Amino acid sequence: MQALYAQLLVGLINGSFYALLSLGLAVIFGMLNIINFAHGALYMMGAFTAYFLLSLGGLGYWWALIIAPIVVGIFGMILERTMLQWLAGLDHLYGLLLTFGIALIVQGVFQNYFGSSGLPYAIPDYPQIGDWRGLQGGINLGFMFLPIYRGWVVIFSLVVCFATWFLIEKTQLGAYLRAATENPTLVRAFGINVPRMITLTYGLGVGLAALAGVLSAPINQVRPLMGADLIIVVFAVVVIGGMGSIMGSIITGFALGVIEGLTKYFYPEASNTVVFVLMVLVLLVKPTGLTGRAA
Amino acid sequence: MKTKISALLLGTALTLASASLAAAQDKTVKIGALSDQSGLYADLGGPGSTLAAQMAAEDSGLKAKGWKIEIVSGDHQNKPDIGTTIARQWFDVDKVDVIVDVPNSGVALAVNNVVKEKNGVYINSGAATSDLTNAQCSPNTVHWTYDTYMLAHTTGQALVKAGGDTWFFLTADYAFGAALERDTTAVVTANGGKVLGGVKHPLNTSDFSSFLLQAQSSKAKIIGLANAGGDTTNSIKQAAEFGIVKGGQKLAALLLFLTDVKAIGLETAQGLNFTETFYWDMNDQTRAFSKRFAERMKNGAPPTMVQAGVYAGLLHYFKALDALGGNPHDGVKVVEKMKAIPTDDALFGKGEIQPNGRTIHTAYLFEVKKPSESKGPWDFYKLVGSVPGDQAFTPLSESKCALLKK
Repeated sequence: MQALYAQLLVGLINGSFYALLSLGLAVIFGMLNIINFAHGALYMMGAFTAYFLLSLGGLGYWWALIIAPIVVGIFGMILERTMLQWLAGLDHLYGLLLTFGIALIVQGVFQNYFGSSGLPYAIPDYPQIGDWRGLQGGINLGFMFLPIYRGWVVIFSLVVCFATWFLIEKTQLGAYLRAATENPTLVRAFGINVPRMITLTYGLGVGLAALAGVLSAPINQVRPLMGADLIIVVFAVVVIGGMGSIMGSIITGFALGVIEGLTKYFYPEASNTVVFVLMVLVLLVKPTGLTGRAA
Repeated sequence: MKTKISALLLGTALTLASASLAAAQDKTVKIGALSDQSGLYADLGGPGSTLAAQMAAEDSGLKAKGWKIEIVSGDHQNKPDIGTTIARQWFDVDKVDVIVDVPNSGVALAVNNVVKEKNGVYINSGAATSDLTNAQCSPNTVHWTYDTYMLAHTTGQALVKAGGDTWFFLTADYAFGAALERDTTAVVTANGGKVLGGVKHPLNTSDFSSFLLQAQSSKAKIIGLANAGGDTTNSIKQAAEFGIVKGGQKLAALLLFLTDVKAIGLETAQGLNFTETFYWDMNDQTRAFSKRFAERMKNGAPPTMVQAGVYAGLLHYFKALDALGGNPHDGVKVVEKMKAIPTDDALFGKGEIQPNGRTIHTAYLFEVKKPSESKGPWDFYKLVGSVPGDQAFTPLSESKCALLKK
């Protein structure tokens, strides 16, 4: 039983990454109607930015948490301005192919210079207060040893997910955004700069991916293919949750992390496939996803 | 009449002689470096192995003797079906003579059958499974660098003898993991130890926390990592995070490469014990080769033991071709010649290729240095012991190889 609690908690930790990444995808799909296959590569760029900030600039984890999403977000906005915006109104397939191509190029460039096995990035050891050394070490919960860093990931991503949901669903800005996707011409008539808003939204989605990358850098290796391995699972999460549904993608992200964790405990050989089995089941029963509205 | 017959005989003899002379003088050879070019094993083999093959061709001195050497490379993506398709195309269409490297035991065993069917030469350096020279041995195959039996009988044995008598395995769920777990389990039980359990994880897993928690609750003294490349580095890194080593359990990195240590970082990797048959900083010769190698690598990395094995294995192959005086394009014949000549090169020292195709050379036990002990970007290992080749690898008396039953 104790082991089961531990697996549930571990699942929740992985779920945090799924939630952050699928949230970004949902925002981009919901507002721009683009299936952003470059998301995994941008997540990887976030982790690499953290690595460069530390190794070249001497700026540690806490700085990276702020700077990396901005840097990668700007990169994303340039992508949107120079390439993606021309695809507005075309079939989803064009955006998918373009972003997939971008992902392959970005990954290829990183792999050319950094190989495939990755670079080390340590868990931050500051600020030091008393016995606390930043986020290093762990707490014995009785049923498991919880690394402090993992606990931090869960809490931090919950906060970020909720803030994003609030921004889009409950604020004035969010209302403009949602209106702009429904009827861009009409919103423009009210004097709102729609293209700029779309660009900023893409930047926000990309920034979320980069943030997840920084969070994951101390846990996984910082390596060029770290996003490619994850992105397929995250897409399954988005499909299960319902394309474009923000709350759906957050809840599904965490839930699937837990289900995957349980599979690792009961039948580890299937842990790579369980998400896809669920996806097939959901598509058969409710093709719009668990929380999706019919188009 | 008599003169007519003798003239005829002379004519036939001359024709035969010139025919065999032509065969012997065929001095072209084509090498296929088949590896994981972009996945989790790409750094330990991959483009570095192709470079090693090029350097072997340059250093062999055959070009000066009029040989023409061509090298092609392929990416098997860790998939046996892709690996065998490339191998078949190389033999049938591109007329490749020898396939080298091939990490990933699953792919390696599949390619082994193709090479045998096509009577090519197979110098495997990257794969670990001891089956290549045991149950599935082939007259066309030479297994150069290391294997699971060797890893079990060096690292595994040393740990059991040091008191690590209870084990829990984290095993990569394919041919390699299974072979390494099997060979290590045999060593553990033979030395009075006990295996408490294990978990099989899919190849290329990024999150090991679930598996590590199971290993932790097993209370085994040793957690045996029967995996490789990115899987091993992630296991070790995350084990540190979950306080496994601090809790008194010890990690056995049964297979660890130079590039893995680089990826983990010395802070986390320090103190790990493992076995390799080559390290760049062993002596002047290995240092000289590694310097030349690193200068031509994009990321400046010195060779791993797999890449060194590709170089040394090919050099030996070229020696055999030179001794034959030409390329007979007959795999069995060339491999027989390779077995007849004792191996001796700058990287692995003196050794031999046994009748089952296994190359025998010294295995070295290393420990990862502390960050304070490391003097350079790739200065990672401290030599703690060595095991002579005849004790490290499968004794012929224990081998089930059919080639030995002649």
